[in-house]
Amino acid sequence: MEWLNAIVQGIMLGGLFALFATGLSLAFGVMRFVNLAHGDLAILGAFVAVSVISATGLNPFVSLVIVVPVMLAAGYALQLGAFNFTISPDPLPSILVTFGLGIVIQNVLLETYSADSRGLDVGSIEIESIRVTDAIAIGWIPLITLVVAVTVLGALQLMLSRTSLGRAFRAVSDDPPTARLMGINDRNLYAVAMGIAFATVAVAGVFLGIRQSFGPLDGPAQLLYAFEAVVIGGLGSVWGTLVGGLLLGVAHTVGGQFEVTYGYGSGPLVGHLVFLVVLATKPSGLLGRRAE
Amino acid sequence: MTLLEVRGLDAGYGDFQALFGIDVDVAVGETLAMIGANGAGKTTFLRVLAGQVPAWAGSIMFDGTDIAHVKAHRRVGLGIALVPEGRMLFGSLTVRENLIIGAHAGRSGRWNIDTVLDVFPLIRPLLDRPSQVLSGGEQQSVAIGRALMSNPRLILLDEVSLGLAPVVVKSLYDALPALSEGGATVLLVEQDIGQALAVASRLVCLLEGRVSLEGRPDGVARSDITAAYFGLPASSGTEASS
Ligand SMILES: Nc1ncnc2c1ncn2[C@@H]1O[C@H](COP(=O)(O)OP(=O)(O)O)[C@@H](O)[C@H]1O
Ligand SMILES: [Mg+2]
Repeated sequence: MEWLNAIVQGIMLGGLFALFATGLSLAFGVMRFVNLAHGDLAILGAFVAVSVISATGLNPFVSLVIVVPVMLAAGYALQLGAFNFTISPDPLPSILVTFGLGIVIQNVLLETYSADSRGLDVGSIEIESIRVTDAIAIGWIPLITLVVAVTVLGALQLMLSRTSLGRAFRAVSDDPPTARLMGINDRNLYAVAMGIAFATVAVAGVFLGIRQSFGPLDGPAQLLYAFEAVVIGGLGSVWGTLVGGLLLGVAHTVGGQFEVTYGYGSGPLVGHLVFLVVLATKPSGLLGRRAE
Repeated sequence: MTLLEVRGLDAGYGDFQALFGIDVDVAVGETLAMIGANGAGKTTFLRVLAGQVPAWAGSIMFDGTDIAHVKAHRRVGLGIALVPEGRMLFGSLTVRENLIIGAHAGRSGRWNIDTVLDVFPLIRPLLDRPSQVLSGGEQQSVAIGRALMSNPRLILLDEVSLGLAPVVVKSLYDALPALSEGGATVLLVEQDIGQALAVASRLVCLLEGRVSLEGRPDGVARSDITAAYFGLPASSGTEASS
């Protein structure tokens, strides 16, 4: 039962990982853009929520109504004003620029909010859960996180497969010069994609902040998990990102079962091992398209 | 009436100049064939017109305005559509989506999926297939259809026949009159002289980035065309028997 419980909790945790990974996967899929500041952006989103909440007294969930548009606009503007100049077949410029951006975000957050850990308080729902059996209880917060993750990824998948915006994203991902012949403004489309990436990672950051305490320097660890989820699931596949996140979450909680014996850190360690096994045996990821 | 008037056009890639002072006129409704050997600069010329390669110097008057510095993604809205060399369909889109995306920023007019399928009936059963699984001829039909979906005033066709079997080439060329009847002016590039002469109302030959010959198919001698094509000394001007 302990193991079953670990798996159930892992799926819940995986929802959060998938939410983190969504924007990373989208930016890479649409424009081969590797955003090393992605984890720091999640933390930034959580801190924006802290400010919004202290200014308005809103519930953290409701604060998303402000946090998400703010981050969406920031992503759009940053892509147009900066990231677009790094777009090239060579991912190195984007890696360097976003590595620098991550450091800037960390330092600005340290200056503005100090190094103290924070949490986002949603009240008693934090400790309430649904009891499934004697040994298994599903917390409301993890459940809501999972539902939101599945909804966000499902909406993204629908957008990509059914709408004219999604068609344009796929065309640009295939072949930007030919997409321009269709009248598609690829630079503007990249900005839209980055806006969506920022918006989703801000949601992830706020849910992280509800789930656990966070500080200005917590971004890189989140980036690592997001990367692992994307690679496990397969680059450029929306459902792959969800599967990757869930699998990574299960690896963390199942691995966590060994913590009693081997000490703290066995959960993330098992996560890294799963990542390495997938990378070694199926480099394109579980649901990924074959490498081009 | 002149639809396209190119004057003194220079263009190239990096330090390499591929086009030297090109002057070309295209009248509304005509079918202009541009011929030339491999590497003459035909593809570069079409890509400059579509905005994929920048013009270094010169002007490109399209319906009276200079579009030489208009961004590529704005030209389809003005009525210029390129069917690129190598078809360049979007691999992760279905055939239907490849057609629909052609209308993304195009003009309104008579071309839509139904009218395109009337011209290329063979692709109707393939609409929901991924475009990668199509044969070369089918892909070329979709690529032309995709360009038509934008209701272009000027359609640029780059080596439609490249790598295709003769029967397939014939069926594609049979479809060309429908493009003109649909109101488009056609500028087609070919290495295959015979094919080009059969459909063109006028002819331009490029040689190493320069216009080496211009005229009507029935007004220039075959030997002059050959000379202009290969850069041989011009013949005495007597009509060669073909
Ligand atoms: N992307 C490119 N970069 C550098 N040189 C190019 C490129 N494309 C074409 N060229 C050169 O430009 C010249 C004209 O090429 P192109 O326009 O493709 O000729 P054509 O279509 O008549 O065969 C050739 O010498 C070719 O090598
Ligand atoms: Mg060519």
